[in-house]
Amino acid sequence: MIEPGLYHMLFISTTLFFIGVYGFFTRRNLVTMLMSVELILNSVNLNFIAFNKYLWYDKMDGLFFTIFIIAIAAAEAAVAIAIIINLYRSHKSIDVENAEDLKY
Amino acid sequence: MSGSTVIFYLLAALTLVSALLAVTTRMIFRAAIYLLFSLIGIAGIYFWLQYEFIAAVQIVVYVGGIVVLIIFSIFLTQQAGEQLSKQKLGRQLFAALAAFCGLALVMLQLAQHAFVETGNKAIEPTVANIGNQMLGVDEGGYSLPFEVVSMLLLAALIGCIVIALKSKPETE
Amino acid sequence: MPNATYIALIPLLPLAGFLMLGIFGRKYFKNTSGIIGTTLLLVSTVLALYTAYGYFFEYGKVDGIYQKLVPLKYTWLQFSEGVSIDMGIILDPISAMMLVVVTFISLMVHIYSLGYMKGDERFPVYYAFLGLFTFSMLGLVVSSNIFQIYIFWELVGVSSFLLIGYYYDKPSAVAACKKAFIVTRFADVGFLIGILILSFHSGTLDFNTLIATLTSPETAGYKSAAAASFIGVSALTWGLALVFIGGAGKSAMFPLHIWLPDAMEGPTPVSALIHAATMVVAGVFLVARLFPVFAISSPNALSLVGYVGAISALIAALIACTQTDIKRVLAYSTMSQIGYMMFALGVSKYGGEDGLGFTASMFHLFTHAMFKALLFLGAGAVIHYIHSNEMKDMGGLRKYLPITHITFLIACLAIAGVPPFAGFFSKEEILLAAYEHNPTIYWIALITSGLTAFYMFRLYFNIFWNKEAHVHGEHKGEGGFAMMMPLVLLAVGAAVAGFIPFGHFVSSDGKRLETAFHLQFSIAPVALGLAGIFIAMWMYKTENNKPDKFAASLSGLYKATYHKFYIDEIYTFITKKIIFNLIGRPAAWIDKNIVDGLVNATGNGTKDISEIIKGFQSGKVQQYAIYFLVSVIGLALLFIYWWK
Repeated sequence: MIEPGLYHMLFISTTLFFIGVYGFFTRRNLVTMLMSVELILNSVNLNFIAFNKYLWYDKMDGLFFTIFIIAIAAAEAAVAIAIIINLYRSHKSIDVENAEDLKY
Repeated sequence: MSGSTVIFYLLAALTLVSALLAVTTRMIFRAAIYLLFSLIGIAGIYFWLQYEFIAAVQIVVYVGGIVVLIIFSIFLTQQAGEQLSKQKLGRQLFAALAAFCGLALVMLQLAQHAFVETGNKAIEPTVANIGNQMLGVDEGGYSLPFEVVSMLLLAALIGCIVIALKSKPETE
Repeated sequence: MPNATYIALIPLLPLAGFLMLGIFGRKYFKNTSGIIGTTLLLVSTVLALYTAYGYFFEYGKVDGIYQKLVPLKYTWLQFSEGVSIDMGIILDPISAMMLVVVTFISLMVHIYSLGYMKGDERFPVYYAFLGLFTFSMLGLVVSSNIFQIYIFWELVGVSSFLLIGYYYDKPSAVAACKKAFIVTRFADVGFLIGILILSFHSGTLDFNTLIATLTSPETAGYKSAAAASFIGVSALTWGLALVFIGGAGKSAMFPLHIWLPDAMEGPTPVSALIHAATMVVAGVFLVARLFPVFAISSPNALSLVGYVGAISALIAALIACTQTDIKRVLAYSTMSQIGYMMFALGVSKYGGEDGLGFTASMFHLFTHAMFKALLFLGAGAVIHYIHSNEMKDMGGLRKYLPITHITFLIACLAIAGVPPFAGFFSKEEILLAAYEHNPTIYWIALITSGLTAFYMFRLYFNIFWNKEAHVHGEHKGEGGFAMMMPLVLLAVGAAVAGFIPFGHFVSSDGKRLETAFHLQFSIAPVALGLAGIFIAMWMYKTENNKPDKFAASLSGLYKATYHKFYIDEIYTFITKKIIFNLIGRPAAWIDKNIVDGLVNATGNGTKDISEIIKGFQSGKVQQYAIYFLVSVIGLALLFIYWWK
């Protein structure tokens, strides 16, 4: 086993990203789709932190981006869940296949 | 092979395996719990990278906030023990293929790219440093984005209330 | 030099009135709009009188010649060096005279309308339109640029259209306003082409430069205009003839006169203002404005003006003898009198004693504005009283409408050319000019003069004498002070305007022209006029069957004139049968099958394509996400491996 470095971090974040993508494509439940989105966001955070740690350790910009992304993700999750609950009220379902009204 | 390396690989495995389980399990409540573990794994990686502040934020906001919110919404919208409906096999295969292709492409690019690190003196990401720069108004200060994000959170708060408000039945 | 500001105010004040009443009238000035419009115009009138006084007696004359002053010139649209559309004011004898005429008549009509239109629902709109018309007409007469005159020309046409169609709930009024607009617009195309020809050759749109270029044979502009020819006629003559067509359309000259009688559907004061005194003489004014070019450079175009004028005068006088609607009689009479002005210009020459026709024409324009406005306003008073336009509903009204009766009689005497009323002097000069230069036109004019006296007095006796009055319903008098005052003022004008030594002020070259007065020459026209009056008196003073018998004895001719020589029918035939069938139908076919076909094909094609691609718009979020990811990967591949 070799000493972990930037490439390990990037491997983790990329894999996490595509796991999230896979989940987003295959899940039919809106809540689980939201979870996939959270995974994707986390992979991005990890990316920022990794670059900050290994390449630009003289600055903290990646770190700040991470903090802001976390804040925005919290807001996004709250709004998304509000929408999901509203959808559940009107459709009695949170299956994405049943939420096709947007096309009209 | 030091102890820290072992810990890193354990954390990485925890993160990726629970993430994979979170997107594949058919029990929605378990999916939420796997997500929780995955997020904790990431927080552990942050700790391992000695970014304690971010790790703390990760745990407080994600683990303590968002995952709890997701679990609440699961309880509010359906039976927690119910099996999730299955996606079509063709779709699953296609999604897996697309994700794998994307992964392969990105990894290929990463392998080919030579990253150059800066030679400057490192800054300690202590809470004091973070706080100074976060609220700094000089060059490199983040007070403006900070305020913008605070407005965004306020807007999200109001938006959530408005969206989730039970509309009064029209017929009365 | 005069101060340009107050001259500019003359047209701008009515415009201000139009804007104010047009925008706020219905809300804020429901009852006061008449007063506002009238007051603004009163100021304009005073300014116009002041300007005219200043021009004629103070600064206008240099070395005994009236100059063409341009106190205001604002370059508006510059096309190239020398060619620009300017907004300016030109001050010369005819524009100064027209300023006075237009503002004075317009003021009279404004005052008269206070009584006549009282209680009308759209009172503010009416005054707004009057303001617009007055503005356009004043702008027209002071135009220093041929394109400026064209702009105001069209504005005048629009306001005429609006005012004829004022009673828009009456189908005949709507038809009449459309007819007036289309016919004059049709003629204006000629005007526009004429402007283009003239300005193309002279290289300018400015009146003074244009006239100077086109009247001196050594300039390049004159040479090119005279050399270029089309069907054997020089471009200069074509341009002037086309300009004259525009003028003929506006001035209701044969054969473009058909809109004028129908235009009588508008309110009567409007007819007095627009279709008798001011707008319809715009054509005469236009020819007078370009008179040096006509007279010096293109005698052919000028004789065209003369013959068209003479024919119009005669035909209109004949038709006027048989019409029964009093306003239509007056309309044809207007057309006839404008014909007089036109042929007076036509027989004139530039400068000196030979320019008598020009002076006479302008003189007649001046006096005609007075007595014809008076006739219309008098007719308006009668219509106001009787509620009918038809002669058979009238008779014996002299006891009921004494002031109207007297003023109407003065106007009739004036138009019939009985001395010492205004019409006598101006008509005398016209006949003299015609006698000296063109005997054919002189004889036509002489006959017309007799006919004029006849039909005017036929009208007069039918309204005020003939059978006993059978006025029913309530008697509300003559219409109050507002309606009577303009009648009296205009009657004074019609009675004494003839004594103005017009030649001293207005002549073709600006020099003083002594209009000699030949007593022996006047005998024939006055005698003819009196004969006409007596025949009318014999036939119409009392109720009898002489007119019917007379009409029967001339059955064919009477019928033809009664139907206005079938000119309207000829137009209908040409438009309906020939233009519709030969041009309209094929155009409609092309429109339906080719143009519409293309449009429909485009629409159907779009529909078909969208049927094909609408599957993409499924509403399934995951599908969108897959499209998105695949596209991103595809683009990444493309950018990385293709376009390095």
